[in-house]
Amino acid sequence: MTIPTRATLLGVVLLLAGVIGFALLPSVVGGYGLSLAINFLMFAILATAWAMFSGPSGYVSLATVAFFGIGAYTVAVLGEQLPWGAVLLLAAGIAFVVALLVGLSTLRLSGVYFVIFSFGLAELIRQVVNWYESTQAGSVGRYVFLDITQEQIVWQLTAVLALLFIVGWLIQRSRVGFALRMIGDDETVALHCGVNITLIKVLVFSLSAAFMALVGAIVAPRWTYLDPSIAFNPNISFQVLIMALLGGARRLYGPLLGVIPMVLLFEYLSTHFPHLFSVLLGVTFLAIVYLVPHGVAGLIDSYVQRYRARFPGQPAQQEGAS
Amino acid sequence: MAFLDALLNGLTLGGMYALVAMGLTLQYGVARIMNLSYGEFLIAAAFSAYWLFQVQAINPLLALLLVVPVAFAANWLIYQIMLHPLVKRSRNRGELEVNSILATFGLLFVIQGLVLLLFGSNYFSYTYISNVFIISGSPIAADRLLAVGVAVVLGTALYLLLVRTRPGTALRAVSVDPRAAQLAGIDVRAASAMAFALGGGLVAASGVLVSMFTTFNASMGVVFTMKALIVVIMGGAGHLMGALAAGLILGLVESFVAVYVAPGLTLAATFALFLIVLLVRPTGMMGRAGA
Amino acid sequence: MSSTSLTRTLLGIGACVALSVPAMAEELPESIRIGYAVSDTGLYAGGAGTTITPNYKLWVEEVNQAGGIRVGDRQLPIEVVAYDDRSSSEEAVRAVERLINQDEVDFVLPPWGTALNLAVAPVLNRAGYPHLAVTAVSDRQQDLMDRWPRLFFFLSTSSHYAEGIVTMLEELRESGEIEGRVAMVNVADQFGIELANAAEALLEEAGFEIVYNQSYPPGTQDMQGIINSARQRDPEAFLAFSYPPETIAITDQAQTLGFNPPLFYTAVGTAFPLYQDRFGDNVEGVLGIGGVDVGSEVMVDYIERHTELTGQAPDLWASAPTYASLEVLQQAIERAGSIDHEQVVAEMEHGTFDTVLGEITLDGRAYWEGWQVGQWQDGVFRAIGPSDRDGATEIVLPKPAWQ
Repeated sequence: MTIPTRATLLGVVLLLAGVIGFALLPSVVGGYGLSLAINFLMFAILATAWAMFSGPSGYVSLATVAFFGIGAYTVAVLGEQLPWGAVLLLAAGIAFVVALLVGLSTLRLSGVYFVIFSFGLAELIRQVVNWYESTQAGSVGRYVFLDITQEQIVWQLTAVLALLFIVGWLIQRSRVGFALRMIGDDETVALHCGVNITLIKVLVFSLSAAFMALVGAIVAPRWTYLDPSIAFNPNISFQVLIMALLGGARRLYGPLLGVIPMVLLFEYLSTHFPHLFSVLLGVTFLAIVYLVPHGVAGLIDSYVQRYRARFPGQPAQQEGAS
Repeated sequence: MAFLDALLNGLTLGGMYALVAMGLTLQYGVARIMNLSYGEFLIAAAFSAYWLFQVQAINPLLALLLVVPVAFAANWLIYQIMLHPLVKRSRNRGELEVNSILATFGLLFVIQGLVLLLFGSNYFSYTYISNVFIISGSPIAADRLLAVGVAVVLGTALYLLLVRTRPGTALRAVSVDPRAAQLAGIDVRAASAMAFALGGGLVAASGVLVSMFTTFNASMGVVFTMKALIVVIMGGAGHLMGALAAGLILGLVESFVAVYVAPGLTLAATFALFLIVLLVRPTGMMGRAGA
Repeated sequence: MSSTSLTRTLLGIGACVALSVPAMAEELPESIRIGYAVSDTGLYAGGAGTTITPNYKLWVEEVNQAGGIRVGDRQLPIEVVAYDDRSSSEEAVRAVERLINQDEVDFVLPPWGTALNLAVAPVLNRAGYPHLAVTAVSDRQQDLMDRWPRLFFFLSTSSHYAEGIVTMLEELRESGEIEGRVAMVNVADQFGIELANAAEALLEEAGFEIVYNQSYPPGTQDMQGIINSARQRDPEAFLAFSYPPETIAITDQAQTLGFNPPLFYTAVGTAFPLYQDRFGDNVEGVLGIGGVDVGSEVMVDYIERHTELTGQAPDLWASAPTYASLEVLQQAIERAGSIDHEQVVAEMEHGTFDTVLGEITLDGRAYWEGWQVGQWQDGVFRAIGPSDRDGATEIVLPKPAWQ
């Protein structure tokens, strides 16, 4: 490891500030503020985890909710029997293993085939859970009666987000991250360079799945009642995809830049125009696609470049992926 | 007889799936637009048919003559105004796919929101034909048979159009390789717009036909989008006969699983089958290798 | 990483919340603020749009036309804050948090369906709001009421409805009208499964022969396989524990395929106005959940008002209880002479209320007197079970042939 660059230091400072901010949040805001914070954190983790794999590798996954749902269901089934820490570990573990199996068999699909496959996977898991619950377990809905407060959910999610950033950063710095970017640029070249494509793809995919499952597990107690159509709601996959792409999936902090405006926008629209929500959301969406084509991160990059072009005295920096 | 029942039911269901997917195979296969708002167009057409039938007393078959041209024109405009800039901006196919997913996702909300404003969130359905044919003891609904019949007619017409006519050949050329097609003097933009608009017309037709025998509401578009996507991918993008075969296979599988395994596993069986096809032949049953 | 900018935003929102401290004043406000978030879009929109939203609108309009709710010596009009929960648990939870914390409504009306009511229950409980969970049906009702002390139920438990139809079958068997071959299907949703499980146990206990028993996933549109399978087993009674879209699909395809058992039962949605609009005279003889006592003047009057004001007829199962729950709320507020939640809840628990369902009490925080089985007769969905209750109409069997 080399001497930390200014960008790294800035990242560490911002991460710490963010963690402290969210840790103190419950003492400052009321129930609604916390609710909003949970929503933000939830999508921040999901989108960042999504981008950790999909950003550099170029594989667009719609299976987010499959892993999210696995996490939620782990809590629904085992939440009252095991200590909370064990439940969380198990949720992440199950998702990791499922992703491993799925990954080993499917990551050779490319392009839109992978997109549709991942969507089909989420639906398949939902249908199987539904069938199992209704015919074998004898009831589709499950009650989650755990006394976990909103504050605790915020703290847990904050911790997971921080962990995710650290893991993501480490991956980017490591050979795995380099190899993953190479795969995204050109798989054949990566293969010829002796990169073990499958192993790396599957490993990162599984890791991101574990984080998604953690989110599902942590927020499940908030809903009290779970059934497959709640836990495996495909809208979650779509929202995550959109937020991550809006922010910019090629950078670690990119998705966050998409999550912030989208969460606030969703909230603003549902508060002020509950009946026009759909139409306005669609229009805003289109505006974003046409006006911010490379994501917010891309927008920032182009400003930075312009700034540097004007002041060439600044040392050029290599930060994160490019 | 259970077997014949399941077979007939599977065929009508499969015919409907093929019908619903035909438009998407043009939009995705030729125009390369991954249209997530596809199902919303179907629902919009279903609501138009409902309104024309209930309020204006125009029967659904006549409604086709009204709805399909409007949908064709609307989709042509959408391609020219909304989607072509994306095509121009995208450097490769992958980027265009992502861009079109995003743009049509926005479009999905706009259309759904408009239908909601106009019709509300209730379920709708109406009865146009309630005749039944009996084929050696097994009943088969006339409205479904009609839908399958129209699907066959449209499918054949489309096939002939693609294979026998000059514009059709141009569409197929664009579907194989847009850049090479351009070099061969084909106006790729015009061809893509035509394919997208044709697809839009077809989905509107299927919406009108499907509305005759299903219950629908404003939020149901995504169900049809997903079914169509599965059929298109399974059949091989841009491959008309593939889509037809995939639709029929899906319908038969669903029907037989419902009768012989458990109705609770029909949708799971659909997805399992789809996943298996993808794994064995990643480009679809009839897709070109490495497409 | 700009989580700081978000933190700032959130802190800003927090500050707004902190600044607008709830008016704890003793004097009464100018109006009563009532909030609700129901599913205008998504999976539950059909149910909510039929049963919930029209009743909320009807009630608010009627109360305000009459000058408002009487609190002490003043008439306070109702002010409404409405959101769309988009059929999502997370949205519903946040919308209710927003109603309570941001909009500071005095009362929150419930969303549609068991799932969303259970999702918002902890939030309402934490904030001390009464929760009239009208459209929630669960076999764990008692358990849930123990957990949340301000939660009220109106539609009883799933088993209650299963008992209703099975009791009816037993009566028919005793009178010799059927022998006992039953085919049943259910939607693989919580309510459908609870109904089916309870019905299956009761049927077996009573010695009925279950010739076909399958579940299908929610959202299934094609029912031909199911109908054909049931038809081949030639049952005397066909019970479908279904949800609205499939209730329509099942009836439609039974009609098309000529499946016409003597007793034809579909669950939720049979009592919807849509059902009659769709099938016209063919509804004759179909059984379902709910039903109305056409001898009750208040009920007939309610149906007329509902149809006139909202432009659609009410659901003849859960609409009247929904409206009655609002009447209970209003009368409880008026009797308490206050909008204090504890006092209002106390009134609800112990009072007797004059509603469209007649005089009702919420003893043990649940209303138990709803009709279990109804049947379409002469174009009206009449209550037929429990058959020994006042207002029950005699069942008509066999069901006439489809036209």
